[in-house]
Amino acid sequence: MPNRVAIIGVGCTPAQPTTPYLSFKELMFQEAERAYLDAGIEASEVESFVTCAEDLNEGLSIFDEYTPDQLGAVQKPMHTLTQDGLHGIADAVMQIQSGLVELVVVEAHSKASNILTPEWILDYAVDPVWNRPLGFNPHAIAGLEMNVFLHETGITPDQCAHVTAKNRTNALRNPLAAYPARTAPGDVADSPYAFYPLRETEMARTADGCVVVVLASDDRARAGKSQPVWVRGVGFANDSSTLESRDWIRAEYCRVAAQMAYRQAGIHNPGRDIHLFEVDDTYAYKELQHLVALGLYSRPGDAGRAVASGVTKPNGETPVNVSGGALGMGLTLEATGLYRVAELVAQLRKQAGARQLPHAKVALAQSWRGVPTTSGAVVVLSSE
Amino acid sequence: MSMRRVAVVGAGMTKFMRRALETPKELAWLAAKGALDSAGMTLDQIQGVVHGTAPDAFDGLHMKGEYLSEGSGGWKKPYLRCYVGGGTGVYAIAQGWFQVASGLFDTALVVCEEKMSTCLPHPQAAFLTIFDNITEQPLKPNLLWIFALEQNRYMARHGIRVEEIARVSVKNKRNALGHPSAQLGAELTVKDVLASEIMAWPVHRLMVSPTSDGAAAVVLAAEDVAKRVTDKPVWIQGVGWCLDTTYWTNRDLYYPEYVEKAAWMAYHMAGIREPRQEINIAEPYDPFAYKELHHLEGLQLAPKGKAPQLLADGVFDRDGDLPSSPSGGLLGVGNPIAAAGTMKVCELFWQLRGEAGPRQVPGKPRRGVAQAWGDLMQVGTVVVMGTAQL
Amino acid sequence: MSGEPRTVRGTPLELADLKKGKVFTTAYVPKIQYAWDTGVAIGRYLEELKNGRLIARRCQRCQRTMVPPRMFCERCFRSTDEWVYVQDTGTVNTFSLCYVSWDVRRLKTPEIPAVIEIDGASPGMGIMHVLGKVNPKQVRVGMRVRAVWKPPPQRTGSITDILYFAPIKGKTTKVGTAKKPR
Repeated sequence: MPNRVAIIGVGCTPAQPTTPYLSFKELMFQEAERAYLDAGIEASEVESFVTCAEDLNEGLSIFDEYTPDQLGAVQKPMHTLTQDGLHGIADAVMQIQSGLVELVVVEAHSKASNILTPEWILDYAVDPVWNRPLGFNPHAIAGLEMNVFLHETGITPDQCAHVTAKNRTNALRNPLAAYPARTAPGDVADSPYAFYPLRETEMARTADGCVVVVLASDDRARAGKSQPVWVRGVGFANDSSTLESRDWIRAEYCRVAAQMAYRQAGIHNPGRDIHLFEVDDTYAYKELQHLVALGLYSRPGDAGRAVASGVTKPNGETPVNVSGGALGMGLTLEATGLYRVAELVAQLRKQAGARQLPHAKVALAQSWRGVPTTSGAVVVLSSE
Repeated sequence: MSMRRVAVVGAGMTKFMRRALETPKELAWLAAKGALDSAGMTLDQIQGVVHGTAPDAFDGLHMKGEYLSEGSGGWKKPYLRCYVGGGTGVYAIAQGWFQVASGLFDTALVVCEEKMSTCLPHPQAAFLTIFDNITEQPLKPNLLWIFALEQNRYMARHGIRVEEIARVSVKNKRNALGHPSAQLGAELTVKDVLASEIMAWPVHRLMVSPTSDGAAAVVLAAEDVAKRVTDKPVWIQGVGWCLDTTYWTNRDLYYPEYVEKAAWMAYHMAGIREPRQEINIAEPYDPFAYKELHHLEGLQLAPKGKAPQLLADGVFDRDGDLPSSPSGGLLGVGNPIAAAGTMKVCELFWQLRGEAGPRQVPGKPRRGVAQAWGDLMQVGTVVVMGTAQL
Repeated sequence: MSGEPRTVRGTPLELADLKKGKVFTTAYVPKIQYAWDTGVAIGRYLEELKNGRLIARRCQRCQRTMVPPRMFCERCFRSTDEWVYVQDTGTVNTFSLCYVSWDVRRLKTPEIPAVIEIDGASPGMGIMHVLGKVNPKQVRVGMRVRAVWKPPPQRTGSITDILYFAPIKGKTTKVGTAKKPR
């Protein structure tokens, strides 16, 4: 990647089911202070700011209006992306690589607990002419996708249950996680269906939280006091937004995004070259689908066998979602990808405490924006 | 660090209209296709897509950028949706610029769309939700309030009269008569503007841009691609954007400092020291008549409080010393929020290539500036474009 | 008409075309609700409104007293330091006479939104509210005004606990050279 870019600071608040005592502005201020301290910088040094937010999740239109003050961005270049925090990282990387700026801040947060009608908001994202009049709960799209994905790949519902069990159990070691629980695959298999074949325990629950990340140019990162984590590649892509014409099996958005990131990072064999994965698991089967799209398995069915045999556990060959993933940490809206980045930064800096993996040097985070979208992003990080 | 050079190589837009038959996706597609056709390119040659659109409330869609992605050509491609409220249409060009300037892509398609008519009974009602949900919305404010408050402050500080501001409407609506996409081109007098009803004193109806449906798009390319596809690339010489405090009631609204900062960011990049001498043509954001004057001052193209006099002197006429909004602006062409800003960039592209037909500014302009503005009177976005490769 | 754009596409419709059923439409009323966390600063602001007082936050570094209050100083980028009560009087910084409601109904009597610089806060620190009990023709930039509160039992902890700001008789501060509204 030309003009190397590094993450030099992270601030993130523990994800929690509710955060009634602080406003989103106060949450953002707190995490900005933490991130700038971690990066060893002053807010005044930052040259550009990116927030990732959706109006309807905030309950405010043109949400970027409400973002600058609490990050120290008043009268500075600042804009909003209506996409996941990983898209924000990609944006910051491009700004730095263009030579325009050297120090960029990316922020995303969730006040999901403030949304009283989450399913209706999701319904509002469904195609207004073709699909909305059918009146289905938008999560049913995941049920449809899971069904055809299992049918085509031979992955079994039992194998999917291992994803929930692994991730929620992993979350017990993560103080940032909102929904840790000691869970066995059998617990999942016994739980009721929500959107057949999807079970309720296979759906990540929303949580509140906020993450602020500081990115710097090569020169800036080397000159700084904090331990940099290098961005080796970024990728992002959309498949079709139309339900009727998208690829339901292969998570194309993830495949295209990964190819883009791998090209920059010079990765040819992701299973060998990358030591740690944080991938989207909004629904349990999604973890497996995304691992296939990331190119980890030549036969899709291997993803199911891998999780069931423990290969993707923290002590396995290819650890996936050591943080607990969205199933364990909670789904923090546009901040979901940045929580994964926070985990990777902690791991690569050897600051992950009880979750620390001994040999991780190259790591990957991947995000998906949930139903009904086909929007995803990939970031590859390394400690050197 | 030397930056990678990026040019605009194609531009396209739909008609701007009060109510379109086309869906938001179809509008985006029409503009995108127009821009690709004008560049003689196909979607296969586009590596990254940037979409700009303002509040989701208008189109009646949550995650509107996702819905619009394939209309904008984002299918199986890297796709970003950016926004800074009304400033989006010009900001999106900066977003496209650093996609290409970073070296990550050689080409980018930037598409901005807005379909406001979807919102019933009137799109203005959606604007309620741009105000602070706790300290302002309970007062039931509307968008006219903040514009009128700002205009009054601007007038009060400088002793400007309403009729001086009305001239902007006269000029822009007349300019729009030459624009094939225009919604509200008209031959009017200052008297007509002042005779139109008062919406929110000091703002009269003919000093307000309409609500519109429409889309606009440009194709950006790195130097080698640009030179291959056209012999008339228009170079992006500078980009700038700046966001001011949320607490708009704590600022003096008479002058847009954030526009000044965004402008200098772009001017420095373009090597401009004397904007008044070095810029031949301006497309400042004019959703309300006074905004054009306010922004010309922020852009350093008129001294503070002096833009009304320069306007009266004919400086900003199409054949004046510094033509301003030769397109017809938002007042004349229409205001599908994000698309309106991109329309201004399209206009610079056509003007600088000498392709603006009846709107063509005389004297072969070599450099222009386009600017947009938005949020709670808080964001400035600026692009400087020119025929010279810096 | 020549000149770019050469191919202008898009199909204009009239509202009547929809009403007459000339084109098919779908209708949808969003069912969207929120309960926003007010947080520390605005939570206290609302609590004090219920008490009939305006409160601000002060930053010791830049010495500004800020209203609406915030827990961070956006200029110094540090936590603000103390709560300060400010007056419920102020000066009109700018105003409008608005003949259109938020949902675009024409109004015979204008609403008078204004930015009011609050006494006791730093210069230029205003809040948005409306003016009342005043002849619209007589509103001026620089006019001195005082909050008119709802009776205590009717207050809910909202900005609307202040009904409006009304002129303090005979007082105008010279802030600018305002023009007469028509």
